[in-house]
Amino acid sequence: MSRIQACFEGLRQRGRAALVPFITAGDPRPGATVPLMHTLVGAGADILELGVPFSDPMADGPVIQRASERALKHHVSLHDVFGMVSEFRRTDPLTPVVLMGYLNPVEVMGYEAFADAASTAGVDGVLTVDLPPEEAGPFTSLLKGRGIDPVFLFAPTTNEERAASICTAAAGFVYYVSLKGVTGASSLDVEDVAEHIRDIRRHTRLPVGVGFGVKDAGTATELARVADAVVVGSALVAAIESAAADEAGMHAAARELIGSLRAGMDTVSRAA
Amino acid sequence: MGAFEKSVARTQPLPLHDSREDTGLPDARGHFGTFGGRFVAETLMQPLLELTDAYNRYLTDADFLRELDEDLRNYVGRPSPLYHAERLSKRLGGAQILLKREDLNHTGAHKINNTIGQALLARRMGKTRIIAETGAGQHGVASATVAARLGLECVVYMGSEDIKRQALNVYRMKLLGATVVPVESGSRTLKDALNEAMRDWVTNVDNTFYIIGTVAGPHPYPVMVRDFQAIIGREARAQCEDRYGRLPDAVVACVGGGSNAIGLFYPFINDPQVKMFGVEAAGDGIATGRHAASLCAGRPGVLHGNRTYLIEDADGQIIETHSISAGLDYPGVGPEHAWLKETGRAQYVGITDDEALQGFHDLTCIEGIMPALESSHAIAYACRLAPAMKQEEIIIVNLSGRGDKDIHTVASRQGIRF
Repeated sequence: MSRIQACFEGLRQRGRAALVPFITAGDPRPGATVPLMHTLVGAGADILELGVPFSDPMADGPVIQRASERALKHHVSLHDVFGMVSEFRRTDPLTPVVLMGYLNPVEVMGYEAFADAASTAGVDGVLTVDLPPEEAGPFTSLLKGRGIDPVFLFAPTTNEERAASICTAAAGFVYYVSLKGVTGASSLDVEDVAEHIRDIRRHTRLPVGVGFGVKDAGTATELARVADAVVVGSALVAAIESAAADEAGMHAAARELIGSLRAGMDTVSRAA
Repeated sequence: MGAFEKSVARTQPLPLHDSREDTGLPDARGHFGTFGGRFVAETLMQPLLELTDAYNRYLTDADFLRELDEDLRNYVGRPSPLYHAERLSKRLGGAQILLKREDLNHTGAHKINNTIGQALLARRMGKTRIIAETGAGQHGVASATVAARLGLECVVYMGSEDIKRQALNVYRMKLLGATVVPVESGSRTLKDALNEAMRDWVTNVDNTFYIIGTVAGPHPYPVMVRDFQAIIGREARAQCEDRYGRLPDAVVACVGGGSNAIGLFYPFINDPQVKMFGVEAAGDGIATGRHAASLCAGRPGVLHGNRTYLIEDADGQIIETHSISAGLDYPGVGPEHAWLKETGRAQYVGITDDEALQGFHDLTCIEGIMPALESSHAIAYACRLAPAMKQEEIIIVNLSGRGDKDIHTVASRQGIRF
């Protein structure tokens, strides 16, 4: 059983939804990432999403764009990101890590070299934002061959036909983008999300995560009733950004946000 | 028959596709060999599929084609002349240089061939708002123009660096009723404007049509923009045959994203005797690293929704490009050009800033035609090509735009300030 599967299985038995924080690797500086990952786990994260910085993050809003720019000022590369995951794995063998990024750095490294390095580093899932299943065939089989789950996005605009092909390609979990828009956009409509999740579940038994627009404990709590995982990205990255000058303050800000989401989500009791 | 009847008799529109020029590409998912495709976030997949369906439907719709043909003739001013640059040809002492005068189109460049097509499509699809990205501002102006003409809301994304360099075009767009949104992310130039327009489209996809200005972006944009621009080559081909009874020996066009070049090249792809030269911006020289020559000096990768040649660093991050001409200052290139390079059907070469400026001055002094700095790259390469060819041979150069917009740039190179 993969770390992602094991994680969702454990949560299911406890009647809990997964809390999945996103940070950009190397933001605000390369040395900050691994300690932040441990802080997030300590504050209640179940799975970590680690953003690979890219010069042209087309699907991201201003908050995550700025995080990417800060990381790129330090020339954080895919090799560096793998280094961070390896370092994290030395003291945390259990928490799944999902890389989220864009295709071009992977193209440059080569699909096979990427899959090998990800596997060696202890990466559990890979979400390539601009790689829809139609173009993903060779890449997903290389990942799956090494026990790494290719994670795919669902959107409000995804129709039945594409839903089926996404579910065939995906493993680990699927990620419902709760808004038309970019990361960090305005707030989401939980009723609408619930309806889309019901549609997705007709196509797959994989856990369904929700992200884009999760800003506070209230929204996270509502989502924990309907989704298997709640992803929080821009709100966390913004908290890190505003406290970036002071290492202790940054960890406190991350701990406080994740802690409050965890507390809210744990008030929800889900059928095991 | 009077002039009026003649024009009425001509209302049978030209099709957007001519079977003689068909390359069978792209495939159904937009691939030109290994290039092209649709590399976008899931949210954009459905809108792109809908756009592909709509485009395929109207491609052969007689009513749509008639509407487009009307506008191309009476609004844009087509067909554009094929002008024999006799004095320039004599001076060079080789092949005859013919200029396809896209600079004489309404708004002063080839860009409007595409914006008029996409805006008419937007209206047919029931979209009330159009968005566009722009670098130098030419595509922004062409988009704002057709939006005004059709009564559509228009928002143009432009890097804040480009806004500083192109104040006149910014004002022109505002006069036309468009909103110009400065883009502050990344390098604050064309590529970032494209990112921002994509973000707008993802958010407002229900009522918004994104008019991409070049043959890049995800499928169907590269093929759609090519089809709207292919009128350039189709006219040039007919004009050349009419006048000289044969095809040209070479066609030359500048390549940034590559829309004017593919427009000229496409109708000649199946005529192997016609050599094709795409001229990229070599900036300060390819060896300096300060250039925008993706095909000459880049390597394949994925950006802005398609696989193509890119200018990037060793980690796959897109790096800033440089060219004296803002319209060529783009780190990617249309995927069909990548394919034409790979198959060897077209050759891609570089012209530096200085050489392009020489081309600008030569054409201005010798022919009384002031070319855009983009087109000056093509002129400069034709001037290199012609002397090695025979006097009875023909080169068609795409004069893709007029140079008025560049006068400040040219003047400042000579140390003149207004």
